[in-house]
Amino acid sequence: MKIEVKNLTKRYNDNLALDNVSFTLDGPNIYGLLGRNGAGKTTFMDILSGQILASGGSILIDGENPFDNRRLTESICLIKEGQNFKKDLSIKNVLKIFSYFYPKWDQELADELIKEYKLNPKSKVKTLSKGMESALGITVGLASKAPITIFDEPYIGLDAPSRKKFYEILLEEYQSEKRTIIFSTHLIDEVSLLFEEVLILQEGKVVLHEQSDILRDHAMAVSGSLEKVQAFIADKEVIKTKQLAGMMTAYVYGKPEEAKMHGLDVEGVPIQELMIYLTEKEGA
Amino acid sequence: MKKSLDESKPIFLQIKEQLEDSIINGEIKAEERVPSTNEFAAFYKINPATAAKGINELVEEEILFKRRGVGMFVTEDAREILVEKRKKSFYQTYVLPLKSEANKLHIGKEELLEMVKREDVPIED
Repeated sequence: MKIEVKNLTKRYNDNLALDNVSFTLDGPNIYGLLGRNGAGKTTFMDILSGQILASGGSILIDGENPFDNRRLTESICLIKEGQNFKKDLSIKNVLKIFSYFYPKWDQELADELIKEYKLNPKSKVKTLSKGMESALGITVGLASKAPITIFDEPYIGLDAPSRKKFYEILLEEYQSEKRTIIFSTHLIDEVSLLFEEVLILQEGKVVLHEQSDILRDHAMAVSGSLEKVQAFIADKEVIKTKQLAGMMTAYVYGKPEEAKMHGLDVEGVPIQELMIYLTEKEGA
Repeated sequence: MKKSLDESKPIFLQIKEQLEDSIINGEIKAEERVPSTNEFAAFYKINPATAAKGINELVEEEILFKRRGVGMFVTEDAREILVEKRKKSFYQTYVLPLKSEANKLHIGKEELLEMVKREDVPIED
């Protein structure tokens, strides 16, 4: 499904959570939605899933507004970092309710995941540990088979092997049936290989929207003598520079071949590092 | 095949280069099947579209060809094409950095040539 975001703005009193944001997500794909705390990610996901209204601008999913739109809400599954389920329900009933709501619900997958994460179907939600509640969220998100599935930091309290299992099953599911998966997380290094496109939000604005492989190619750290580096970066978009003993390293967008021709050392910048530099940039 | 990929370089390029290396080294021969997009995706936990991009570029360069419903296979001329291509980039990738490092260390052209010609002996501590 195509998601078109136009001039989207969300204001909470004096606070601008989203500031005139525009972009388009074209189709079934795995998107990484990154940014620091308070950057506007959760607000965006809440509007996208039709749970809250924007203050201005629009989100259209296949041309329709998701707010209070039954046909669309059953195509969207948002799993948040907690409080996804009513405390008094048993796991079995949670799954039953979601199976009625999502037309493409996969009970077999849900059963498999419940087993994988050693969840007892009779347990009530309020008795679950943080990690177990996250595992239930992941189960619902994956089994919903919703054409737009959104995971907002879905694995608080989940240990590394369980997260790894989640990535594996997510990828298997995505391969067997393409759908739009929007993934918001702070554990970027663990998942960045899954992303085909990356969006970075900073203070309510999109500071970057690019295919991850293009980022890996164009975002680079160039090092060399101060003069050489300064000459090279003069006409480029510079993200950050550091200096030591007459040497300079600059993080820029550009072509690695060109930097090599200037006699500079060139290194790629992993997405996690890029996000850190982009979002600590003053006034970005 | 490598155990994991380098996060800071384009992933599709790394998939492509790994396949190229395997073909040049003779690990995968002409007419043999190469791993599928999904096999790469599962092994490296990468987005299948990214793996597909690397494989598709090799199809365009006539290194691989598709047998419908079966998978991707190495073409007859693959190895030859790749060796030619690598030779062309050899100067850029290896000789230029070598000369620039030699320059930094004040190793003259004669001395450098001498090193290239020298019989390789294991370096002893």
